[in-house]
Amino acid sequence: MIFLRLFLEFAKVGLFAVGGGLATIPFLQDIGARTGWFTDADLTTMIAVSESTPGPMGVNMATYVGFEAAGLPGAALATLGLITPSVIVIIIIAGFLQKFRQSKTVDGVFRGLRPASTALIAAAGLSVALSVLVTVGGTAEHVFAVRWPAVILCAAVFVCMRYTPLKKLHPVAFIAAAAVIGAIFRF
Amino acid sequence: MNIYLDLFLTFAKVGVCTFGGGYAMLPILQREVVEKKGWATDEELTDYFAVGQCTPGIIAINTATFIGYKYRGVPGGVLATLGVVFPSLIIITAIAAFLSNFADIPVVRHALAGINAAVVALIASSVVKLGKSTLKNGAAVAIFLCVLALAAFGRLAASFDTVSYGPLGTALDTLTSPAVLIVLAGAVGFLLYGRRKGGDGK
Repeated sequence: MIFLRLFLEFAKVGLFAVGGGLATIPFLQDIGARTGWFTDADLTTMIAVSESTPGPMGVNMATYVGFEAAGLPGAALATLGLITPSVIVIIIIAGFLQKFRQSKTVDGVFRGLRPASTALIAAAGLSVALSVLVTVGGTAEHVFAVRWPAVILCAAVFVCMRYTPLKKLHPVAFIAAAAVIGAIFRF
Repeated sequence: MNIYLDLFLTFAKVGVCTFGGGYAMLPILQREVVEKKGWATDEELTDYFAVGQCTPGIIAINTATFIGYKYRGVPGGVLATLGVVFPSLIIITAIAAFLSNFADIPVVRHALAGINAAVVALIASSVVKLGKSTLKNGAAVAIFLCVLALAAFGRLAASFDTVSYGPLGTALDTLTSPAVLIVLAGAVGFLLYGRRKGGDGK
């Protein structure tokens, strides 16, 4: 039956996709090809919608695929399938870490991990920045074009949230303001 | 308020405020979970992101489960995770049902371009905040710079499809993957600090 199958297919995605939401895309392509629930063109639409709506992208895509395949219950089951392996694995790891929190070994490992984790977040931020702030490709003369409006908005948000009294505002206030500015000035 | 309801609602709020991948969730988590609720510290968030990147599942889910579990055990982990996915369920279902051309609407595209520019600034600000608690000595800064260089190079290399250049390309691709970098950094941490005897450690 389709609901059980949706749950299991997405549990597989949750178990094998490691990293951000983008890591789930190859698995989704595979599901589409095997089940016929959606085409590659449908998937492109789903990715675009998932990127432009609130919520982590990987979760949005699971919900969307589930909905296309079997309506609201399908959306719920695909999402539950996606999160089930994570919840089980993380609870086991978190339990283990709590038990060995005092251990010198675990403490040492984490002191190495923290700067690395910070660096990976910075690298991810840089790659988002590249895709948002510059255009690569295009015509032969303009292989690399800076999107100045986006750069200025980005710099303004950064300065406001670090160095002005506006830093007390909730981050989502900056997101909302940026959405309005983007819509008005046709970014 | 009931603790479990509070967990669910807080994470639902984090879900609503996240645009993009798991990394875009970080600034919202810092505000809601670290600064407002005190359920985790900046250091713990980096720990969760580190583990979340090399274990099964997407980072956003793994991090939510981690924080919920640490705060209130298994039910906490489950409720925080359900909370973070709940808004997606409602919003995506509504859009899929009524507005499947949502992403093509010009005003949505322009607004999203603005949002993305702000998200870059938000992530940058989060990295600065995290750096203050995780980069306190020379060894930490050295690990940070090495991993940043390898990870950035790996992302760049991935866009040129290095895997198709034979074993060397594949080796490069493996060496620069987040999971491998995390494991290597953990090993360095173990060698530097893990074997030291006695109570020093700070």
